[in-house]
Amino acid sequence: MQRLLALVPIVIFVALSTGLGLSLSNDPRKLPSMLIDKPTPAFRLASLDDGDGFSSDDLKGKIALLNVFASWCPGCRVEHPTLMGLAERSGVPIYGISWKDDRASGALWLKANRSPYVRVGDDASGRLGIDLGVTGVPETFVIDRSGRIRFRYAGPITDEVWEGTFAPLLAELRSEPQ
Amino acid sequence: MKRHRRAAVRRIAIVLGSLLTLSAASMAVTPDEVLKDPKLEARARAISQNLRCLVCQNQSIDDSDAELAHDLRVLLRERLTAGDTDEQAIGFMVARYGSFVLLKPPLQGDTLLLWFGPALLLIVAAIGFGRYLRRHAGAGTDASAPLAAEEQKRLDAILSKRRPA
Repeated sequence: MQRLLALVPIVIFVALSTGLGLSLSNDPRKLPSMLIDKPTPAFRLASLDDGDGFSSDDLKGKIALLNVFASWCPGCRVEHPTLMGLAERSGVPIYGISWKDDRASGALWLKANRSPYVRVGDDASGRLGIDLGVTGVPETFVIDRSGRIRFRYAGPITDEVWEGTFAPLLAELRSEPQ
Repeated sequence: MKRHRRAAVRRIAIVLGSLLTLSAASMAVTPDEVLKDPKLEARARAISQNLRCLVCQNQSIDDSDAELAHDLRVLLRERLTAGDTDEQAIGFMVARYGSFVLLKPPLQGDTLLLWFGPALLLIVAAIGFGRYLRRHAGAGTDASAPLAAEEQKRLDAILSKRRPA
């Protein structure tokens, strides 16, 4: 009994150091989204390109990606080819929100690089971004058929991220009853 | 002597002056953000000093020069002007960014360990130390007990060896 008791500090020490050691690999920039499983906030934005506006009603009834980007954001440039590929192949409509960017530069950038978006709204003030809990760009939300946000990914989507994270989730969402 | 003093005064003035400009430069709230109503502005300042800037993470939005911090300051002031109470305005931020946005963590389920962990550790340590003390106090009374005949003989032998008569 006494011997076992003597082991207690060692056990506590080992538990503490593994716990603390593991949390070293936590990225403090990766914050959980408050909107998971909550309905997408209602919004109505002017269109960034020449198309119609973009509102939360456009997202109704389908599984969709909502990608927050800006022409000034290097990560968005990294992500752009992946999004173009996804728009062609994945079968999931991608909607865009141009966040804290002036309309002309955003539109010019999309025109020069081609647009992966079905619709793209202009959130120059960043207010919708705040409603979505956006802290930086790019951020991508997965929205289910009932209009709920199911997942938020902060950072550029790469092919690995798509295959490892998004693809399984989308398969799951598609198998959910309508 | 007089010249020395004047030089010293000048030096102090330079130091003070540069300190003043420094503190002015580190002020993030720009004049166009400030509300006309000083009471509302004071409330906004007090709230924003306890809201974390999500970009820099270790500064309040009151301190931070980040653009998002600016947007949040303006938004907070709009909410207060629209008649939000302090709690409503803070709740608005927490609903969007989580309780991480509060620089002082609230007392709730997932922060219990954070709030009471140190006290818990102290209690465990006190119990452990108490047991240790009791055990060793017990050993002390044993030491003062008279020696057994065998032990006395060994002690005598050792002493006589060290100090030959």
